[in-house]
Amino acid sequence: MEYAYYPGCSLDSTGIEFNLSTKAVAKAFGIQLVEIPDWNCCGASAAHSTSHWLGLSLPARNLAIAEAAGLDVAIPCAACYARSKRAEVEVCKSEETRAKIEEIIGRPYKGESKARALLDIFHRDLGVYTDKNALKKPLAGLKVVTYYGCLMVRPVDTGFDDPEDPISLDEIMTALGAEVVPWGFKTECCGASLTACRPEVGFPMTEKILDAAKKSGADCIVTACPMCMANLDMRQDQIGKAKNVHYDLPVYYFTELLGVALNMNNKELGIPRHFVPAEALVNKIGQAKTTEGGEA
Amino acid sequence: MTLQEMQNQELRDELFLRSQVDVTKCYQCGKCTAGCPVAEHMDYGPRQVMRMAQMGLVEEAMKTKAIWLCATCETCSTRCPKGVEVAKVMETLRIMAKERGYIAEKNIDKFNNIYNTIVKSLGRMYEPGLIVSRNVATGHLFQDTSYGIPYLAKQKLNLVPHKPKNSEEIKSIFAKAAAMDEAERGNR
Amino acid sequence: MERVGVFVCHCGSNIGSVVDCAKVAEELRNYPNVVHSVDYKYMCSEPGQNLIKEAVKEHNLNRVVVCSCSPRMHENTFRACVAQAGLNPYMFEMANIREHCSWVHAGHNEEATAKAIDLAKMAVAKVCKNKELKKGHSPVTKRALVVGGGIAGIQAALDIANNGYQVDILERTPSIGGKMAQIDKTFPTIDCSACILTPRMVEASSHPNIKLITFAELEKVEGYVGNFDVTIRSKARSVDMSKCTGCGTCMTKCPGKADDEFNMNLQKRPAIYTPFPQAIPNKPVIDRESCLKFKSRKDGKDVCGICAKVCPAGAIDYEQEDEIFVEHYGAIVMATGYDQFDHSVYGEYGYGKYPDVISGLHFERLVNASGPTMGHIVRPSDHKEPKTVVMVKCVGSRDPEHGKSYCSRTCCMYSAKQATLIRDHCPDTKVYIFYMDVRTPGKGYDEFYNRTREEYGVEYIRGRVSKIYQDGEQLIVKGEDSLLGRPVEILADMVILADAMIPQNDAAKMAQIVGIGYDNDGWFTEAHAKLGPVETHTAGIFLAGACQGPKDIPDTVAQAGAAAVKVCGLLSKDQLETDPCTSEIDPALCAGCGHCVGVCPYKAISLETIEERKAGKTISRQVAKVNASLCQGCGACTVTCRSSAANLNHFTNAQILAEVDALCQTIL
Repeated sequence: MEYAYYPGCSLDSTGIEFNLSTKAVAKAFGIQLVEIPDWNCCGASAAHSTSHWLGLSLPARNLAIAEAAGLDVAIPCAACYARSKRAEVEVCKSEETRAKIEEIIGRPYKGESKARALLDIFHRDLGVYTDKNALKKPLAGLKVVTYYGCLMVRPVDTGFDDPEDPISLDEIMTALGAEVVPWGFKTECCGASLTACRPEVGFPMTEKILDAAKKSGADCIVTACPMCMANLDMRQDQIGKAKNVHYDLPVYYFTELLGVALNMNNKELGIPRHFVPAEALVNKIGQAKTTEGGEA
Repeated sequence: MTLQEMQNQELRDELFLRSQVDVTKCYQCGKCTAGCPVAEHMDYGPRQVMRMAQMGLVEEAMKTKAIWLCATCETCSTRCPKGVEVAKVMETLRIMAKERGYIAEKNIDKFNNIYNTIVKSLGRMYEPGLIVSRNVATGHLFQDTSYGIPYLAKQKLNLVPHKPKNSEEIKSIFAKAAAMDEAERGNR
Repeated sequence: MERVGVFVCHCGSNIGSVVDCAKVAEELRNYPNVVHSVDYKYMCSEPGQNLIKEAVKEHNLNRVVVCSCSPRMHENTFRACVAQAGLNPYMFEMANIREHCSWVHAGHNEEATAKAIDLAKMAVAKVCKNKELKKGHSPVTKRALVVGGGIAGIQAALDIANNGYQVDILERTPSIGGKMAQIDKTFPTIDCSACILTPRMVEASSHPNIKLITFAELEKVEGYVGNFDVTIRSKARSVDMSKCTGCGTCMTKCPGKADDEFNMNLQKRPAIYTPFPQAIPNKPVIDRESCLKFKSRKDGKDVCGICAKVCPAGAIDYEQEDEIFVEHYGAIVMATGYDQFDHSVYGEYGYGKYPDVISGLHFERLVNASGPTMGHIVRPSDHKEPKTVVMVKCVGSRDPEHGKSYCSRTCCMYSAKQATLIRDHCPDTKVYIFYMDVRTPGKGYDEFYNRTREEYGVEYIRGRVSKIYQDGEQLIVKGEDSLLGRPVEILADMVILADAMIPQNDAAKMAQIVGIGYDNDGWFTEAHAKLGPVETHTAGIFLAGACQGPKDIPDTVAQAGAAAVKVCGLLSKDQLETDPCTSEIDPALCAGCGHCVGVCPYKAISLETIEERKAGKTISRQVAKVNASLCQGCGACTVTCRSSAANLNHFTNAQILAEVDALCQTIL
């Protein structure tokens, strides 16, 4: 299986663990990820907030490059996926839009190269959750809440999963042996860049999600979005301190936990780089299993 | 002033043409505001912005903080019983507002500008640049700088920006997109 | 020997949560003549009824008391049950321990239980005096009267006539057709109202089983189900119907002028007129109030007479007088319709003085192709096309202070319809509708409303209009856009007020004449809001259309059909069972004073002469006698009779006294 790979800006820096774990896990599963040469930023929320055509054209350029190579694009980041998918859908919907975008980017793009969420690829194309044999270290005893964020599954015409109660991440986690704890915040917005440019608005949004996750009794949060990760992981300590709460909720990319289940090394997956210490919890899984095995 | 004098049909038409959303379909049930994660921080909820839009008070809608605070999470569009893409209207209003210099949320606008400027010159985001520039622009010099050192320690920040090979191509995309927007506005 | 069974019902928690039913059954077990007493969750259910039937057999019961709900609810149920058990159905009594006990004494459980025991004991005391009774029979006049010739009356009459029964339509105006004839288009299909109504009018007028009695009033209703005697006043038309050919020459020559009511006074009509061109019967009447001849006669002169001169048939008859006659019917359908609320009570809307503030029905005439403006939408003041129209809903509706507390149900839809008509006729005209809620619960209705907003571009503003005032040639309408939370003012050329539907102004009087109930507003009361929507509490009298409450044409037609079915069911019988609970007079005790004759509301009692032997002599004297088929069992005669000669079967003096005794014993 071969995909064009669009890591996006976050995965080069603040979301580097997502990049590391994605590449490691993909390799283990035999997925070839060919990074789009000289890819550009999708524009995130800033471009489409400023200009309709800029918001569509920036991701279209990346798709056009992949189309020339005859590949669909695997996109880990939820925001990059949402913007890219939007461009693809608009191009397919209207000849006029396609012509305008092609003119702006100076490349042909027919909408044949599809934007695919990495989560969707792992869930649908590979059927990892059925392949028990590959799991060297099932995540037995790990209680997780799955957090898809808002952009991964919305709006409906661009999504691959149910926008109100998505299950792809749940099914992957269940297949890995983890216990998926039900909660009501799977697709609530974390505040995205509002935590950066309007903290008094953005912080309470992230706080609600952390509170709900804590209340659910889960050990950790699993996500598929680097923006969500930044808010939930990096800002967790600050939010907790302001109200004298110690959340102690590690946040993982689903690819990291895939790697853990394949018994990959934490460092290789980027787990030591988290703000909220995340190694102890996954290490415990292994130990618990070993202990159990030893007694048996 | 009578309602008719306040209603602006031209702006209402422009909003429709650029968003491709028929705001008259909205029946003001309030489900958008009810589900909006940012609504409690807005001056007007999404339903009220939609009401302004459908009543032809587009000028007023463009001056709200709400259109800037919208995080484009699309919860509203997904759940709307009338299939109205509320987030799309918010986005179009934001673009139209910016074109007219109505910036009700200066910091968010500055953030967007800096973001776009970096992408325009480097082709990709450069996060230290974004944070520093934002702090200079907003006057909150030390906001989020405490994260800088740990980020570096965790090797999560590149202090050296990406060296663009595509810089001319990206600049051209910005220029052509702006021209396309301008043409649409000119057509009004 | 009386052997009474007592059955105490819990009615789920309705009784059981307040009254200690087991205790009631226990107490009654030791009461005289009671040989069996039990309680059960639902006595009216099939297992509950079987319990009674089995107990009758097992304990050889000859009388049954059920302590449960109101006899209005289940007396017939249990009478049938007792009859199936082999007893006479009148050997049964019901003690109401729900409405009279648990529901009104909730929270006072001990007292309620004590009261339930009292009520049960009274019922046992009474049932011991019950006698076996048999229902009587009365004949049925196989002919119906429909009062009102609007769409409700026309439809009911057609449905009855098509089932093979004779039916008369009594209409007070010169033509049948009613409000529907005034309406231009009907929602939600925008059918032309006249186009779908007039064929029905023609069908009714030419139907062999239907007789039209127009320009006539209902004066009096006597009798009872199956046998009504109705007194009708046929008003003087001043035109001999048998001679008039309906050529219309008289109307074109008449110099008299009067407000044209059919066209909402938007124009004048002659004094001799038919209300509208498609009127049925299409023969004119003279409106004596505005006729020059009749007016001059009041001053002792006698002028004009042009109509008589030009009439080629010699049909004009100035000397005609009202005729009063009595007709016999087996059933009556009330279909008297509604009236429109008069918005002139609202000073803030101009007390009805602004010419360009009109009502919904005005608009119907304005937009109608055969109306005064030939269907051109123009304002009444200067006959210019309005460029901005504001519509105001709930005028008089949902306003308990100044109007009616209820929702008129039709205004949301007819306002939407009128708005689309304006947009169709005058595409450049803007339409704003002020509303509090939009209520569109009908098939295709909400879709219509949405089209009005989305496709016709009509702007809805949520809020009640506070004031309308004249501003030069235009009107300023002040309201609130409550969705935005701010006041708005609209400069309008014309304002249409969606006036409430209200009962006819003489509805209460009409209800009293006919003998049916009416509510505080004047709407006729149905027998049961859910299960008897077309029946009244008076057997043989049914309701159709808006006289029962605001409703639109589809609902009216449906209700008319339902009323017709009830009428046909009644007329299909050759005889009706009569209630045996009628009065009887013991001639031995009767002194012949005749007081009972005077108090009987049903004229069921008369005096007759009997001969009897007394002390060896034959003497004749007068005694009262009850006609059982007329007696309704009201009991007025029994309380009037000074010699206790009058007795109401099933509620005899002995039975009532036994109940009183039972109650007094428990108190002592």
